[in-house]
Amino acid sequence: MTVADTTHRLQRLKKAPASPLRRAVLTGLVFGIVGIYLAAVGILLMIHGRAIIVDVLSLGQAALIAIALGAGAFIARRETARRLPEVLLHSVLAGAITGLMLAALVLAMDTFDLRSIFIALSPQLEEMLTFGFDDIFTGLAILVFASAVLGGLGAILAHASPAIRKPINIGIVAVVVFGVFQELIQLILPTADWFDPIHDLIYTYEGLTQEGSLIIFAIAAGLSALWSWYEGRETAAERDATERHAGTVVKVLAALVLVVVLPLVAGNYIGQVLMLVGLYILMGMGLNLEIGLAGLLDLGFVAFFAVGAYTTALLTADSPHALAAYTAFPSLSYWQAMPLAVLASVVVGVLFGIPVLGVRGDYLAVATMGLGEIVRVIVQSDAAAPLLAGAEGILQIPKPRVFGFELGDPVELFYLTLVCAGIAAYFAWRLENSRLGRAWMAVRDDEDVAQALGINLVKVKLLAYGLGAAFAGLAGSIFAVMLTSVYPSSFQLLVSINVLALIIVGGMGSLPGVIVGALALVGLPELLREFGEYRYLFYGVALILMMRLRPEGLWPSATRRRELRAAAEGADPELEPAPSIAAVTAPEPPQGQ
Amino acid sequence: MADAAASRLHIPRLRTLARFTFVDVILWCLRIAVIVVVVGGTIGTLIKGRYEAAQWFDLLMFGLTIGSVYALIALGYTMVYGVLRLINFAHGDLMMTGAFAGYYIADTFDYSGFLNSNPLAAMTVILLVAIATSMTLAVVMERIAYRPFRHVRGLAPLICAIGVSFFLEQTFRGFFGPSIRSYPDPDWLTVKTDIFGFVVPRVDLIVIVLAIVAMAVLYLIIQKTRMGTAMRAVSEDVDTAAMMGINVDKVVVFTFALGGAMAGIAGVSYAFVYKQVYFYMGFTPGIKAFGAAVLGGIGSVPGAMLGGFFLGIVESVGPSLFLDGIGIRAPYQLRDLIAFTLLIMVLIFRPHGILGERMAKKRA
Repeated sequence: MTVADTTHRLQRLKKAPASPLRRAVLTGLVFGIVGIYLAAVGILLMIHGRAIIVDVLSLGQAALIAIALGAGAFIARRETARRLPEVLLHSVLAGAITGLMLAALVLAMDTFDLRSIFIALSPQLEEMLTFGFDDIFTGLAILVFASAVLGGLGAILAHASPAIRKPINIGIVAVVVFGVFQELIQLILPTADWFDPIHDLIYTYEGLTQEGSLIIFAIAAGLSALWSWYEGRETAAERDATERHAGTVVKVLAALVLVVVLPLVAGNYIGQVLMLVGLYILMGMGLNLEIGLAGLLDLGFVAFFAVGAYTTALLTADSPHALAAYTAFPSLSYWQAMPLAVLASVVVGVLFGIPVLGVRGDYLAVATMGLGEIVRVIVQSDAAAPLLAGAEGILQIPKPRVFGFELGDPVELFYLTLVCAGIAAYFAWRLENSRLGRAWMAVRDDEDVAQALGINLVKVKLLAYGLGAAFAGLAGSIFAVMLTSVYPSSFQLLVSINVLALIIVGGMGSLPGVIVGALALVGLPELLREFGEYRYLFYGVALILMMRLRPEGLWPSATRRRELRAAAEGADPELEPAPSIAAVTAPEPPQGQ
Repeated sequence: MADAAASRLHIPRLRTLARFTFVDVILWCLRIAVIVVVVGGTIGTLIKGRYEAAQWFDLLMFGLTIGSVYALIALGYTMVYGVLRLINFAHGDLMMTGAFAGYYIADTFDYSGFLNSNPLAAMTVILLVAIATSMTLAVVMERIAYRPFRHVRGLAPLICAIGVSFFLEQTFRGFFGPSIRSYPDPDWLTVKTDIFGFVVPRVDLIVIVLAIVAMAVLYLIIQKTRMGTAMRAVSEDVDTAAMMGINVDKVVVFTFALGGAMAGIAGVSYAFVYKQVYFYMGFTPGIKAFGAAVLGGIGSVPGAMLGGFFLGIVESVGPSLFLDGIGIRAPYQLRDLIAFTLLIMVLIFRPHGILGERMAKKRA
């Protein structure tokens, strides 16, 4: 601990506890700012278009409700020591202030022409926030009143015992999920005659019906309550380790079966989405070797992806730019080209790694990003156009064939991706627990110590770049046949950031984390198509929030979790000298987004 | 005897050769390749003689102009790095926010005719608004995203900074739309001025002078004021500075504010040179300016200025001078290639830069 650390802590300790009223006002303001931000950036109106319950509740309104509830719940969480009426008063105040902020936004929109600057502040948004009333003051009164009530409700919910809170929360989540993903769920639901009445009861063409949402809420809440009752009855001793292990195996198998069967049932659209997810899982596993295990923050990862794609294109395409068109090199089938593409990526990965061997930390990130950009600039330029076709790209890459059967549609290609990802995952898993994997982790934790222990830094780092690149090359190769063409514009830096974000969200150094991250960051935005525009905004927010709130990721690896927990326990006595002071040093109110 | 002496002479030499690994070979090849391209290209271009003196002068002036923008951005990187040892990845995007804020003012003034009738006053207001915007955002950014990581080591602060960069870009995209907006182009900016018999657009001169004035002011602030002294103390040694009673938090906020102000000026300048604003415009200049900061020696303020001008000139003159000579088609497209190559060469071969000897040891 340095002197600066200590003074920093001392300064924080000296801060007087905020008065509850002031905190209520501040909380209201912060949540109000979040609401205004969502409105101004255009998300609110966009998700207003997606219904949760037809004609009753849209996702946009649900977001507003969540903000008001959140304000109340936040207050209740802070004031657990106080009595409920007092807490209720404060949380109603916070909710009302949140509502007032939004009302102020609507008034400002009504008075000034804000739309010429903030393009999202449209009349439709105003209509949404005033609930379609012609007289905006009626609408705004309802807005403020509703958010005050919701603030109170949020506090009550947060104050309630978990036995009540949990089923309600789960019920709400279930309704939101069934409402938002109604297209997907309606696709999967059986179309048999006997099922039609149930289907019609729950869903109309556009989404959940009111009865349907009540039914789903009741079922989900009931199941959750049953489950906690069942869990409570079972003592910890009954559930020994082997049983739990068996449980995990069953869960994994179930997930696997679901993944294999789902695209068959749900069709090409889901196949396409899952395939993209699979490609990103492949890349995520590769980058995970570099960042998660070896600690090399590589922002030029997309270059390897590009090499894989371009190699496949050059070797197999039926176009004047293919190697076969102007050299004696034969035109290869996909299965011959894929290993070569992976090999090319490995070579490029090693070549890429050599210059940056001696560069560490922040500088490494920028240097690799520069290398990635160089690859893109070269591929895009006219100077390299005779070889790589420049901006117009290489077209007509044939689809792969198995025993004369062409893997043409997305579902079939998805199975190809799935098999590749499975094999790659096996390799990644074995690598993680190998001598090499442990050497990588040693390098990640302290390069100098690792070297002193006899680890050959050059070899180990180059292997990390090379093997990481192999995964990306494989993904690139599949990507090329998926699109049947490659363009330089597909290989932007954004791809690298995308992969980085999914590793961070899932948990660095964790294989299941990569899958969770890819599903959350690639799968979800593809399913909610209108989100496409905002996905990078979510990535940015996800990176910041994950680093601040849960740096180990959603599904951290076991070692990482243990390390972090050990570190936290070791640091605790220093951080929080006494319980009474700990209450004062508790985290500050959220800073908005 | 002679044999023994010879072997004694030989053995160390062989050892040095043995230590020369294939990694070194590749690094040397890289150096040699760059030198060959630079020298060969220059000779080739000069022999071909395709460009006249006036054209070279144009390129040089443009390099100075864009270099002064890079220098302004690089100052922000270098000051923050000096104080926090953190690459503020979102710094390029601060420039974008300044450019956007300036755009709305400039556009309003353009409609009302104020921009043409009162250039000086209009320009001052545009700059002040841009500076205020970038400064505010820089301070807010520090408070929300960077302060919690003040005492965290490792990748977390950098990853958070990448997140902030994306958040800023996409927020501006959501607020103001994804389209490219064109900056107003008043007559007094496009007028050509005569210098030593060469014609130069007025905007270049304005940008260069503006940057030099801003840098001079900044230099005075850092050297002469109390806050500036505190800043230098913190970048020298945080712990000792804290023990001497310097409020490190205040100094950090001040540093971010100064960097934001420079970014705001840079944003308006960049937008007036390229005549357009869009949400992604800050990214590439940001990365290049980081390269300039490293080139000058990160943490060193004069270094950042030097590095910025150098990078600007190399990037502007480079394609014609180095690449045209070796017969590359459309060399102008490879402008970024030159800038990024320079960035990587600096990071690999001289991470402490030209003026930053003492920083090299402290890193990592």
